[in-house]
This record gives sequence, C-alpha cells and structure tokens, in this order.
Amino acid sequence: MKKQVKFGVGIFVIVAALGFLAWLGYGESKTYYHTIAELETLKGSALSQRMRIGGTVAPGSIRHLSGRVDFVLEGEGKTLPVSYIGTDPLPDTFIDKSQALVEGRPGPDGRFVAEVVQAKCASKYEAAPGGKGGAAPSPTERSGM
Amino acid sequence: MDVFGSFALVLAFVCAIYAFGGGIAAIITRHPLLIKSARQAGIATCCLIFLATLSLEYLFFSDNFSIAYVVSHSNRDLSTFYKIAALWSGQEGSLLFWSFLLSIYVFSVLLTYRNKNGELMPYVGVVMAGVQIFFLTLNNFVASPFKALASPGADGVMNYVARTDGNGLTPLLQYPEMVIHPPNLYSGYTGFTIPFAFALGALLARYPGEKWIHLTRKWTMIAWMFQSMGILLGAHWAYAVLGWGGYWGWDPVENASFLPWLTGTAFLHSVMMQEKRGMMKVWNVWLVFITFLLCILGTFLTRSGVVSSVHAFARSSIGAWFVGFLSLIILVCLGAYLKNRDYLKSENQLDSIVSRESSFLFNNLILLVACVAILSGTLFPVFSEWITGDRISVGAPFFNKVNIPIGLLLLFLTGVGPLLAWRKTSTESLKRNFGWPLAIGLVAGVIALLFGFRQIYSWICLILCVFVASTVGLEFYRGAKVIRARSGASFAASAVELTMRNTRRYGGYIVHVGMVFVFIGLAGAAFNRDLQKDMRQGDSMKIGPYTLVLQGFDTKPEKNYTAQRLLVEVLEDNKPTMMLYPEKRRFTTTEENGTMVAIHSTLQEDLYVVYAGTSPDTQLPVIHAYLNPLVKWIWFGGVVVVLGTLVALLPSRRAVLVLSGVQQPAAQPLAHGLAPSASMREGHD
Repeated sequence: MKKQVKFGVGIFVIVAALGFLAWLGYGESKTYYHTIAELETLKGSALSQRMRIGGTVAPGSIRHLSGRVDFVLEGEGKTLPVSYIGTDPLPDTFIDKSQALVEGRPGPDGRFVAEVVQAKCASKYEAAPGGKGGAAPSPTERSGM
Repeated sequence: MDVFGSFALVLAFVCAIYAFGGGIAAIITRHPLLIKSARQAGIATCCLIFLATLSLEYLFFSDNFSIAYVVSHSNRDLSTFYKIAALWSGQEGSLLFWSFLLSIYVFSVLLTYRNKNGELMPYVGVVMAGVQIFFLTLNNFVASPFKALASPGADGVMNYVARTDGNGLTPLLQYPEMVIHPPNLYSGYTGFTIPFAFALGALLARYPGEKWIHLTRKWTMIAWMFQSMGILLGAHWAYAVLGWGGYWGWDPVENASFLPWLTGTAFLHSVMMQEKRGMMKVWNVWLVFITFLLCILGTFLTRSGVVSSVHAFARSSIGAWFVGFLSLIILVCLGAYLKNRDYLKSENQLDSIVSRESSFLFNNLILLVACVAILSGTLFPVFSEWITGDRISVGAPFFNKVNIPIGLLLLFLTGVGPLLAWRKTSTESLKRNFGWPLAIGLVAGVIALLFGFRQIYSWICLILCVFVASTVGLEFYRGAKVIRARSGASFAASAVELTMRNTRRYGGYIVHVGMVFVFIGLAGAAFNRDLQKDMRQGDSMKIGPYTLVLQGFDTKPEKNYTAQRLLVEVLEDNKPTMMLYPEKRRFTTTEENGTMVAIHSTLQEDLYVVYAGTSPDTQLPVIHAYLNPLVKWIWFGGVVVVLGTLVALLPSRRAVLVLSGVQQPAAQPLAHGLAPSASMREGHD
C-alpha cells in the first residue's frame, strides 16, 4: 500500500506542477479570434484582450512609415485600419489582396495595433482548377524557443 | 499516363477491398488458399500504388500541363530535383505519397513474414488493408491527383484543355530540405501503421506471449527514426528558409508531427517492461493505438484547415473523412480491447520506486503529459470554440512553460533510468553508477556559474547534459575495460566490440547521447541575440565577435527566379574571414518572393544573416543579423540519434559468437571468459 501511495504522490506532484505552469502559460499567451465585424461589437474588458483578426489586405493600402507599417484589412464588407509595430520583417507573402492574420490589441483611436502579421498569398492557386495546395503563409510571429 | 495512373489506383482499391474482406473470410474459415490469396491481394495493392505514383511522377517529368495537379505544382523550368518533390507538395499528391510509403511498409511486412507467424499474419494483413482502403478512398474519390483540366465548350460538352506552362512550385518549398523532409516525416507517420497493425492483430487474435512486440520492435524503431529525422529536418527547413532566426515555433503542424514521436518514444521504452517483466500490457497496446491515431490526426491537421498554420494546405472538405476514420479506429480499438482485455493481464507489479520499472513509468508519464499539453494547446482554438463560443489560441509561452521542465525531467531520467536495476536498486549500486557522473555534472555547473551563466533552465540543462553524458561514458568505459582486459585490443576497438555484442543496449545509449547534444543546442536558445540595421554600402554592424560590412549588391537571374543578393563581408575579431550572401528571390511564374538566409555555422554559434527588405525611411537595404549559440549541436545530435538507432537495429554479435563457439570449441579460448561480460551484469539490458 505504501508503495502505491509513494507513486501516487510522485505522479500527483509532477502533474500538478506542470498543470500550474500550463495555467501560467495559458494566461500569458491566450489570444482571442475575432472577425472584423465582431470587433465593433466588443465592449469593456473584451477590448483589452489580445486577439487575432483575419482579413484581406486592401489593395494599395500598405504604407511603410518609420517604425510601423499601416494597412487596411477588409472582411465581410467591413474594414479595419491596422498599424504593424513588430520588429520582424513582414512576410514575403504579405502583399495587396493577400489574406493576412494580425495579432495584437485594438488601439484607442480605432486602429488595430498588431505585433504579429501572418500572410497567406492571394488565392491564385486555388483559382486554378483542382489546385488545392497553394502557398503557405509565412509567419513573422514565431517566438518559439 | 493519367488514365493509367487512375486505373491503377482503382484496381489498387479493389485489391485492398479483397485483401480486407478475403482476409476476414480467411480468419473465419482458416482456409490456407484463402489466406494466401488475401496476402497476395495485399501485395498486388502495393504494386498498383507504386505504379500509380510512378505515373504521376512521369506526368511531372513529361511536363503534362493538362493535369490540374501538375499545373498547380510544377512548371517547365522547375529543376529535376523539385519535380520529384512536387509529388508531395499539394493535397492530392501528398495523399498519394502517403499511400505509396505505406505500401512500401506493407509490402515489406507481407513478404518478410509470408511463411511465418501464420496465426497472426492474416489479422495483421486485414488491419493494414483497412488503413490502405481509407487512403485509397481518398486517392480515388476525394482527392484524385489525376484530374485533367477541362472547360465547357460551346455545345456544353466538357473539353480537355492543356496549358502551355504550369504555375510552378511554391517558393517556400524550393529548398533541398523540402525534398527530404516530407518523405522522412511521412515515413514516420506511415511506419507506425505496422506496430499498430501487429498490436491490434495480436489483440484480436489473442496471440500468445510477447511475440508481437519482438516482431514489431524493428518496425517501430524504423518509423521512430524517420519521424525523428523528419521533425529535425523540418526544424532545419524552418530555420534556414523562413528567416525568423528560430527553428521551432510551436506551430500546429510542427506540434502534430511531434505528438506521435512522443508517444512512440514512450512505447519504445515501455515495451521493455513487458518484455522483461510482463507488465504494462494494456498500456503498451494503448500507446501503439494512440501513436497511430496521432499519426492520422497529424495528417488530418495538415490538410483540414482546422487550425491555421504555416504548413497547412488550403481548407478543404477532406477533414470530414479523417474525422470519420479517426472515430472508426477508436471504436475498433475500444471494441477489441473490451472484448479481449483479459488477455492483457499483467504478470507482475511494481516493486520499488528506485527501479528500472519506475523510471520507465515516470518516463512514460512525462512523455504523455507533454503529449497531452501539446495536443490540448494545439487544439485549444477548436475546443474553446465548442465550449465557450470564443476561439482562443495559446502561443509559444504556454508550450515553453510546460515543455522545458518536462524536457529537463526527461533528460534526468535518460541519465538515471538505464542504470537502475530491475525490481529494486541497492544504495551501493546507486553510488557506484551515479557518484562520478553526479560529481562531474555539479563541477560543470559550478564552473558555468563562475563564468557568469545566469539562465536557470539552461544551467540545469547543462548540468544534466554533462551528467547524462558521463553516465553513458562510464558505461562504455567499464564495459570496454572488461573486454580489453580479456582481448588486449585497443580501447576504441573494445568499445566497438562491446557495442556490437549488445547493439540494442549500446545503440540505445548512443541515441541518448544524441539527445544530449540536441538538448545542448536547445539550451543555447536562451542566449540568442539579434540586431537589425539599415545599411549603406560600406556601413558595418557589430554582433558578438563578428563585424558585418555591406560591400555591395548584385542581381543574379536564375532559371526559375531572380535573386537580389547583398554582398556582406564578415570580420571575426577584426580579421576578414568570409563573405555571406543573403538573398531575396523573386519567382517569375508565381510573382512571389522568397528569402534565402546566409548562415555561418560553427559548434559555438551560428551567425545568421537575413536580407530583411528595404527600409521605407531611407530606401536602404535592411540587414537583420542573429547570433544563435550552439544551434549546430541540434543537427549534429539528430545525426547521432539516427546512427544510434541504426546500431540498435543491427543484430547483436553475441549470438554469432556462441554459434561459432559451438562449431569450433578449440578455436575459441575467449568464449569461456565472456560469460560474465559487462552486458550480463545485474540489472542491465
């Protein structure tokens, strides 16, 4: 009996400790997915959460400024001005009409402040009959190990 | 050729159905001819899949742009190398490639055991055919790679059309690793089908003893080796191509490939408990089941667009098929288990917390916790949407927080586990085996502290790496010493002889050393530095011991793209050492851009230079330079892991010695003294 208790305690300690770390990591990195249209309906604390928003880059809207890149995302008939302030270079696939996923928080003036931009090439591949492969989005996010 | 290919696929489907149905009939009737015909149908299935795959490659090489898949993934100027790789660069082709690799395994298994294990093989054949049927269904009816381009004519009839050239291969995939990474990873994914088929077959057949474990060990290790290589090659590809300075981003598809590796590793360890002590039978069977499920899940995640990812193919309806297949496997496994669970009764119990068994138990526990954590993190957006309605994702901090301690615990067990005795380890043997390694590890830790090492995880990792390497070194040293004392051979030759006498054990140690190297490399990540600067011609930037001087630019037109290169001179400690050429590539057919990173790699650190585009303010080229310590150890460790696995796959020489000893008793003066050889000591195998 004592033996089983020892194993039980050992297993419990390991799992509990890792569970606690997982919970910490979760709090630090959780990000909500929203559409552009949903963003307008968010209120209060929901607006200060870290979030991810997808859309299509409006043609001609990409403007490189010092320290940031401004562009407009379109989706479901709505538009969202975005300022990218991250340090990593924007992905090669980030061009007009590309599908982009931005990660960050809404700013006070209605601009979305993105720290991460992922882009997937415009859907020219999928327009080709039968072609499903298409370009992979290349992330600038990747803050792994 | 496309008609030939699709016909071969249809026939393969029919044969697989026969192998499955006929196999079941054979199991029920036990009619020898039926058993034989089912097996031969299985072999025919494989051959037909080989033909279909060859014909798709033929379409690529003959630039047949009337086939949609060829148009989407190739063009005339694409080099031979990448025309081979184009086969698996899209949804349809990669599914065919899955079938192809699976067929290689199934073919080898059916041939290897055609006259052996008669009671078990029909069951195994049925399971393998079942898996093949699923993939052939996709190849034939859901995602056929042989679809021809057609457009409706004036009379409403569809006419075949051909393009003059294709769209080309995605630039991200035009990199040597992309040719070898997917085959390795897929060989891993598909390879786990074999242990799965044997485990399920043995359970269904109530096949006596641990024979299925002996039979599948080799196959599991091959699959595991490919999976390891696939993961590391993928990491290297991400490092060298994506230009973000790292190699692992906890991307859903990366995670998906890591999951079966974790459970597969757990399985390779826990089967030893079943072999030696008849324990953990239920656990082992479920580990194989889960590993296979995770392989299918990984294949599914890459294709369904369920989670967004770097590598994922476009969203498609194929997901429903995979969900169906996954559910079916779970049902079959559960059913087989519930029906025959009495067959899996354990023969022994755990005796002591300081024993080989318990180290395996904790190793398995930790690997499984890692697996659960990574799986839940990966699928978090899906689950959170179901439960709360909000789609929430978790990022790298989540995965790192959990997995770094897990990795360190595993590393600790890697050092401790192999040297603990079965059942119970005496304090005396603990001292003998761990005294020196522990002391050496701690000394290394103190030295590191004195040198200003302040990253806690990296510091612990360093101590553990030295500790594990010392335990393994000590094992080789002691064993080789015994052999040398008897044979008088050199130390190195004795160590080789030692390894060859028990390849499984010493090959395993080599794999462990490889993992130590990988961990050394991972620990380096805590010290990464990077710097970004707009560079005028002649400007310089300094990072670590290196000074980068921009000497100029040039443009190089290549067959498939135009490269813009920066000519960067590198000075190390103010002495000119080399030139680096980070590139931006513009692909002509797709009008896409690609980045080529220039890397100067040494065992100490990587200098990683990216041409990060043009600065909007100054219109000057931007150089982003990274200094990543110890990265090379990861790739080097991967090579050692593969070598170790290959050694472990070799048959041990001991059997040969005994045999020749019997034949020529007089000529074997050594044989007598060999009995208590190092590998026979208490608690070691």
